[in-house]
Amino acid sequence: MKLPARLPARLAVFLAAAALSATACAPQTSGGSASGADEKTGTLRVWLFQEVNNRPKEKVVDSVLAGFRKDHKGADVSVEYIPVETRAERIKAAFNDPKSAPDVIEFGNTDTAGYVKDGGLADVTADFDAWNEAKDADPTARQSVTVDGKVYGAPYFVGVRALYYRTDVFGDLGLKPPATLGELAATAREVRSARPDLYGIAVGGAYTYGALPFLWAHGGALATGKDGSYASGLDTPAARKGIQAYTSLFGDDNCPAAKCAGMGGNDTVTAFASGKAAMAIAGDFSHQAVESGSVKGKYAVVPLPGAKAGTIAPAFAGGNNIGVLKGTSHRTLAVDLMKRLAAKKTQGELFDAMGFLPTFTDVRQQAAEREPFVKPFVQTLASGTEFVPASPAWAQIDASLVLPTMYQEIVSGRKDVATASEDAAKKMNDAFGSVG
Amino acid sequence: MTAPATPVAADRPPVRAARGGAVHGTPRRRGGRATPWIYLAPALVVLGGLLVYPVYQLGLISFLEYTQAQVSGGEPTTFQGLGNYATLFRDEEFWRVLLATLLFAAACVLGTLAVGCALAVLLTRVRALPRLALMLAGLGAWATPAVTGSTVWLLLFDADFGPVNRVLGLGDHSWTYGRYSAFLFVLLEVVWCSFPFVMVTVYAGIRAVPAEVLEAAALDGASPWRVWRSVLAPMLRPILVVVTIQSVIWDFKVFTQIYVMTGGGGIAGQNLVLNVYAYQKAFASSQYSLGAAIGVVMLLILLAVTLVYLRLLRRQGEEL
Repeated sequence: MKLPARLPARLAVFLAAAALSATACAPQTSGGSASGADEKTGTLRVWLFQEVNNRPKEKVVDSVLAGFRKDHKGADVSVEYIPVETRAERIKAAFNDPKSAPDVIEFGNTDTAGYVKDGGLADVTADFDAWNEAKDADPTARQSVTVDGKVYGAPYFVGVRALYYRTDVFGDLGLKPPATLGELAATAREVRSARPDLYGIAVGGAYTYGALPFLWAHGGALATGKDGSYASGLDTPAARKGIQAYTSLFGDDNCPAAKCAGMGGNDTVTAFASGKAAMAIAGDFSHQAVESGSVKGKYAVVPLPGAKAGTIAPAFAGGNNIGVLKGTSHRTLAVDLMKRLAAKKTQGELFDAMGFLPTFTDVRQQAAEREPFVKPFVQTLASGTEFVPASPAWAQIDASLVLPTMYQEIVSGRKDVATASEDAAKKMNDAFGSVG
Repeated sequence: MTAPATPVAADRPPVRAARGGAVHGTPRRRGGRATPWIYLAPALVVLGGLLVYPVYQLGLISFLEYTQAQVSGGEPTTFQGLGNYATLFRDEEFWRVLLATLLFAAACVLGTLAVGCALAVLLTRVRALPRLALMLAGLGAWATPAVTGSTVWLLLFDADFGPVNRVLGLGDHSWTYGRYSAFLFVLLEVVWCSFPFVMVTVYAGIRAVPAEVLEAAALDGASPWRVWRSVLAPMLRPILVVVTIQSVIWDFKVFTQIYVMTGGGGIAGQNLVLNVYAYQKAFASSQYSLGAAIGVVMLLILLAVTLVYLRLLRRQGEEL
């Protein structure tokens, strides 16, 4: 009991300090608006994705930067390669704190609408339209940077999936690559009955982008409507046919539900690469993974067939874009850098270095001539691709696993196609409704 | 044999009376009423900063429309009242997940306590070397990070390459496909990584029980089960209360194991628990306000469970 006389005074200071720091009570919100400044000197910060083998990409980027520095005296660029797994957190953090944010970013094209709603990306419609190379950009690629008719970046590369199959297995069993999705299912069952150690075609209940081509090929659509107001198309008869076609591939006669219901895209690619499947739906970007597996030299790729013979199932046009952040204080420089990073010449070099498919139709054709492997993918792109709804709700639908849940409910026998698709459609519509 | 509990209960009224007398009867010392608060103040400030303020923020956000667009300033923050809670309570999935979480947590707590207590008793009955081995095994499981433990278990139970299926002769049985099988699988891992805490704590408690009491029980011819039920459990009650509450809190908040072992909630979300569900809503879909509402609901449930449990004990004459 010696302290009381002095303690309260100190305590009062301490408490006052604590109280002061607690007055910032409302949850944090960043300014988020355009900075207005447009400086012509200084350092631009760029975030690009770190690829598994990043050296060749860095080389291509470095040559772009050399040209940029030559043309803009007094301006410099610092590039940071960010890990793909944590990109969402990094980019969200950048939107929250414009001061430490980059000026130019690479982003996945399914994120466009979400980032625009978050107020993170700058509208570059005028710059994009004035760009002489833009007219050759493939329409789906253009769609992937467009929200409500405005352009929010430049397409960087596209990724698309096709049908990988085992030439040795098909040869032994006297099979031909399927010409329709119906034939694909029959072929898969034939393989499985002759070779019970293999999946006919490796499919996954959580492999959304492997499942969607079936839906699109049967005339279904993920959602209808545009520019802000969407309605789910999952519960239409056409979509249900496609869902039925994909989910019928799960079962002991092809890919047992107990194993395949939980698989995602990577799992099916791994199954194929390690020789456990006679077919798989995989992307041009999976080439390396398959090449380094045990099936090297024993496979070929064809476009995934459509519902009718002679057609190609519409594939999902994945890929990345380059965008300018709204908060940049170097808008002109940033837009110029964006155009250089996504230019025809750069995309051609990036294809040679990394195998990423160019977003310009002419550059892509030339690429296919140089590298025969990509032909089926270019063919798939040329026959028309599909894209996810350009709505900020998509990020929410994707994150809450609406589609994988639907497929898994059907595959595991919990719900029939009609009920599961109806429930999923309802969830999608709720999400579309909630973002307004 | 229920003797130890009675004297405690009998003691209490006099203690209370004595306390009451001290406040009213004896003259107040220097410093007066504020003194205890002054001594408590540092702890209160730290608690306030690290607990009350975040909980306040959590509650506040749960009443707002607060998604990524609001955080990065794309749209203004608006007050929603109970809107987020209404959305949450209308969601059938939430109720399904809540029920699954409660049952799963209860099973985990029972499993952990049973295994932990049984092994603690075993520890007191074996010789030094096996005791050391058991301790080390327990500490190893305790020290293993949840992600590592989950991944290793996943490999052990893998349908194609896992040794467990080979030893048990289960062929290529998939542990994660069926709902109950997947929950059981995760439950085993949760029990594995949380029983050491119970075991070590209860073991320490048993060591503190006077040997005469146990000896007397043995002389009376009590079986090990009877000794546990009638001697050890009543005497260890305060310790058991602590480990039970700890386990309830931990197991109710299980995240890593479900997230890693069932691939983020299992086939068609069949193995979702509240924390993973909240993560999906709050972080993956950037609906921070809805996630906050789930957090508040979880907090209230945990508080309620703990308070009810403490009350029950109090009625039985125990003070924590």
